[in-house]
Amino acid sequence: MIKIAKYVLYDILRNRFILLYTLFLLIVTLSMFSLDSDPGKSTLSLLNIILLVVPLVGVIFTTIHFFNSYEFIELLLSQPVNRKTIFFAEFLSVALALSCAFLVGVALPMVLLNLNASTFYLILAGLLLTFVFVALAFGASVSTRDKAKGIGIALLFWFYFTLIYDGLVLYIIYSFSDYPLEKITLLLVSLNPVDLARIIILLKLDLSALMGYTGAFYKNFFGSHLGIIYSFLFLLCWIAIPLFLSLRKFLKKDI
Amino acid sequence: MITISDLNKHFGRLEVLKSIKVDFHAGKSYAMIGPNGSGKTTLIKCILGMVVPDKGEIAVSGKSIANDWAYRKLIGYMPQIGRYPDQMKIGQIFDMIRDLRQDQDHMDEDLIREFKLDHMKDKRMHTLSGGTRQKVSASLAFLFDPPILILDEPTAGLDPIAVETLKEKIQSKKSKHKTFLIASHIMSDLDELSSHLVYLEEGRILFNDTIDLLKEETHESRLGRAVAAIMKRNLKETETA
Repeated sequence: MIKIAKYVLYDILRNRFILLYTLFLLIVTLSMFSLDSDPGKSTLSLLNIILLVVPLVGVIFTTIHFFNSYEFIELLLSQPVNRKTIFFAEFLSVALALSCAFLVGVALPMVLLNLNASTFYLILAGLLLTFVFVALAFGASVSTRDKAKGIGIALLFWFYFTLIYDGLVLYIIYSFSDYPLEKITLLLVSLNPVDLARIIILLKLDLSALMGYTGAFYKNFFGSHLGIIYSFLFLLCWIAIPLFLSLRKFLKKDI
Repeated sequence: MITISDLNKHFGRLEVLKSIKVDFHAGKSYAMIGPNGSGKTTLIKCILGMVVPDKGEIAVSGKSIANDWAYRKLIGYMPQIGRYPDQMKIGQIFDMIRDLRQDQDHMDEDLIREFKLDHMKDKRMHTLSGGTRQKVSASLAFLFDPPILILDEPTAGLDPIAVETLKEKIQSKKSKHKTFLIASHIMSDLDELSSHLVYLEEGRILFNDTIDLLKEETHESRLGRAVAAIMKRNLKETETA
């Protein structure tokens, strides 16, 4: 698998997209920290950008890469190579390349400028989100032969989790505001990887007071060790389940 | 060598293969003929595991190929349209495949030399003409000297010199008891290269025997006319039925 991953990585690094993405993240991080003297506020602004950009770049880059390596996959499949190996080599190469960009672009300057607990969680959340959206985009890519359709489905994931889902949750909370909804909103948050990442970091930044009664409830839950473990387990599920489903589809796919 | 039983495959509503049952024996050379869209390439891709059949079983040298991949060591495949990563160079493609199959030390690089591909190692795949791609495909198929060779329209797009080179290669491998499966529309080539004929139409095998028997049955001395005769016969049968 490492051999195949080597060729995939070589192909990814040859086009300059990853480099541009790294530069973009680097510029955003540095400018956020130079704009505001309060590192907490800078982290918060950075968080909002990361929560939009990381998933977006994850889905777009993954689907485009997958469809561009169709010929490569076709060539390998006529050789004695396991389909599973090809799949995981592709997944890991894409996810690792994007993670490296994130580490260099965001993690490195943040560690140098401002090291505290929230930094650590922001980095971890960014990496996990990268893996989650690469896995989701693989699901979109293997379920169709049409490149435009694949990118469309992947973008829909992004729209859904970053924009539409929040609207739906707000609507539910607003409509049922007469009932105690803490546990239900907790469940609803767990069903969206972006929200999950956001809440962990907001709590670490100690901004939960802004979120009212629900915020206090979250603080109680996510602030504890159990809550942290719970949220990371859920984020891991968000990687494992789409990955498993797309692998199953890929194994039966006609090339 | 390859045993196929009750193989079915459909794409959407189109049934491409309908309970195909056929044996390809070791050391023989099979010509696969049939109109466009009769399922030749799909059958070949099923054998290679690139297309997963709905029903039925394929066994290569006695072992089922379902969920297996190591059996592809035994097969050299030349696709109808060779598609390669655009940005890779010819030399890189060969190096990569060699690198992936390091366990096999015996290599046959005659075709690379004869097609003069070693002189254009640094050309990128997307700059190549269709014919040169075919040469790359052919060289890759023969590279590891596999016991089974599956060639999908091997001579289409090649210049006359390259066609002769490839045909000589096939003849020399045939005398070394390799199993060949050649799909083509060029009857004169198949007449030279194969001893058996598998005739496919609309996903069914309508004829599967030696070419000599076919010629005898149809009282024709050339394969092209003999095949035309069975095609006409089938047409009449469907009309009367």
